[in-house]
Amino acid sequence: MNVHPISFPQKGVSGQTGSWRMERPVLNKDLCTSCLFCWVFCPEAVIDKESLKIDYTYCKGCGICASECPTHAIVMEKEVSSS
Amino acid sequence: MATRIKDLPADEIVLSGNGACASCPSTLALRIVGKALGSNVVMLLTPSCTVASMGLTPQMAFNYPAMNVCFATAASSASGVMYSLEAQAMKGRLQGELPTVITWTGDGGTYDIGFQALSAAAERNDHFIHFCYNNEAYSNTGVQRSAATPAFAATTTTPGGKVEAKKNMPLLMLDHRVPYMATASLAYPADLYDKVVKAKSVKGLKYIEIFAPCYPGWRFESKDMIKLARLAVRSGVNLLWEAENGAITRFSHPTKGLVEGSSQPRGLEEYFEAQGRFKHVMTPERKEAFLSGVEAEIRAEMDLLRGRQV
Amino acid sequence: MSERLLETGCHAAALAVRSARVDVVAAYPITPQSSVVETVASMVEEGTLDCRFLPVEGEHSAMAACAGAIAAGARVFTATASQGLLYMHEVLHMVGGGRLPMVMANVNRAVFPPWALLVDHQDSLSQRDTAWMQMYVASVQEIYNAIIQGFRVAEGAQLPVMVNFDGFILSHCASGITVPDQEAIDAFLPPYEPLWRLDPANPSSYANVTATEYYGKHRAAIQRAHEAAKPLFIEAAASYRDHTGMWDGDLLELYKTEDAEVFIVAMGSMAAEAKLSADALRERGVKAGVVRIRVYRPFPVEALAEVLPEGAAAVVLERNYSFGLNSGILAVELKSALYGRKNLRIFDRVMGIGGQDLTWAYMARVVEDAINGKEATSWQHE
Repeated sequence: MNVHPISFPQKGVSGQTGSWRMERPVLNKDLCTSCLFCWVFCPEAVIDKESLKIDYTYCKGCGICASECPTHAIVMEKEVSSS
Repeated sequence: MATRIKDLPADEIVLSGNGACASCPSTLALRIVGKALGSNVVMLLTPSCTVASMGLTPQMAFNYPAMNVCFATAASSASGVMYSLEAQAMKGRLQGELPTVITWTGDGGTYDIGFQALSAAAERNDHFIHFCYNNEAYSNTGVQRSAATPAFAATTTTPGGKVEAKKNMPLLMLDHRVPYMATASLAYPADLYDKVVKAKSVKGLKYIEIFAPCYPGWRFESKDMIKLARLAVRSGVNLLWEAENGAITRFSHPTKGLVEGSSQPRGLEEYFEAQGRFKHVMTPERKEAFLSGVEAEIRAEMDLLRGRQV
Repeated sequence: MSERLLETGCHAAALAVRSARVDVVAAYPITPQSSVVETVASMVEEGTLDCRFLPVEGEHSAMAACAGAIAAGARVFTATASQGLLYMHEVLHMVGGGRLPMVMANVNRAVFPPWALLVDHQDSLSQRDTAWMQMYVASVQEIYNAIIQGFRVAEGAQLPVMVNFDGFILSHCASGITVPDQEAIDAFLPPYEPLWRLDPANPSSYANVTATEYYGKHRAAIQRAHEAAKPLFIEAAASYRDHTGMWDGDLLELYKTEDAEVFIVAMGSMAAEAKLSADALRERGVKAGVVRIRVYRPFPVEALAEVLPEGAAAVVLERNYSFGLNSGILAVELKSALYGRKNLRIFDRVMGIGGQDLTWAYMARVVEDAINGKEATSWQHE
């Protein structure tokens, strides 16, 4: 334990926040124009700028990416329980 | 030359899997700010949603050195950090470019409890950037009213709607004649980015306020966060401008068109309609009077700001 | 070469800031501390103090600025008094509880209301549980010495030190003091090496929200650090004497205690005056001595147990109230620390409140009355 109450950078400080999700964003690359709106507006930084791959481990499913996509290339799909 | 979204760096300051609500505007704001500032930064934080969501010791969700300080003291602690860095540089103990010192506060830490320290730092013109992400309430503690809460908005301490008008914080900072200040919107991230880059280059106290629609606090759907931010700008609720030394130097698009009269405010009704906190005034009986009141305020504000241009 | 100077307590504090090579002073004026701030500001302006002076808008901000300045790696000092110290209270907890080593001079002054400008110890004793270490000094020279020693102890313990000295009695009265050669001070107090700092090359965050288990461990570590700091005060004083030839040290200052049967226990300048009271009592056949508590936090429990013999009478003279307990704070501390040990008779006499002058003759009479079983009617204000 450090003398000072300090913390260090880490992904997933609140766990696998993807489990919060009710709906998941799914990208249809055929409709994508690479405008990067989904990337820039993602509060969670879970969309890769190059590949636009979504990190579902942490994506909270807020839906902004789908809402902001000008070509409707991202749609929100209902999560089904894996258990 | 304005930066395009595609040009924003891929580097991330905000790490995924933090404790913020889905669609949190404070997290997104810090993410864009981080892209503009790079990694040579020291951040001071006062209690806010960001602090509540940044992780429990010994983990944190940002790639910045950050210090949690008492609620009233973002600006005074930032001054202390900057003086410390300058003293060590003066004595040869620190070499190279000094880190950019920033505060990261909500409207409570800026408009209310943090105001005195900020005002004093502005008077001294201490060298750091004060950021306020304005979600118009104490969202972190359960959405109580703040000085930034607009009139009529329902909060948990104004359940029938706030009676008083919001404090005009940007105007107060303008009258501190700080060397650079700007208002910004999450719906215009490249504009926010450019303003932060500009602030980084200016010596002295910089103030940047980022309008931050909060879906649990304002009661709208999480997916509409950017839409609300955009409607606020288009309708004139959130006017985007930059100022230097007490004079407005530039209105950003699309505020520029509204102020110059080349375009008309739009979407005001849609903006308020989407928010549960205004439900009690968006009734058939009260809506018209409420909206025309807001429109009049927006016109008055634009008149005032026009008069403060260089 | 060391220098011999005629200085007030406030000026001596400012000279100690210079000798300690402090990097940042953030402060706000308040009577009777103002001339510390003024002197620091003047020295910085005229280039005789290599330091940044941050003239904040209040003491809450002063302490907050100090917190930021230490966290960024600087050696930091501030000074305050009375209301200023009370206004800092929240941030004192942050700096103490957050293990940020700095030194603050507090010029003891009565607290509002009503307004009073002269000395008592209510201000600093009200900060007892903020995790700050507290020293109470008794001469202008000791102000200088304790501030420099304070930095060494603070940085060793990773806890802040508050050096308390009496308003006007010490702050504004000039005495001859010795300012040692800078080389001697440098040898005693090497440059500050922070254990942790805000560093973009190695990002970490300070004082996030935390879980109960971690919080409890952190708070327990503060307590252990206080205990571990006791030998640091003793070691620092000895080393300071080696480097400067001056002695101001130990957790207690003792006067004629070896054969004493009656012990006057006090803090600050009144404890220096009480030496004359002890002499007077001895002339009247009372074997009196003085225990001056120099380090109040950490509280010198073992040292007190060692100095006070079985069955002794201890008369605590103190400039503060613990309202609702019909006692002063120091007597409560003494009773608590030595509970069940030594079979002591402990008397408490609150006096000197709001700067009421305390003469040796008056204190001697109070002590005599106390050990002779007279009720505490000699409390000055009844």
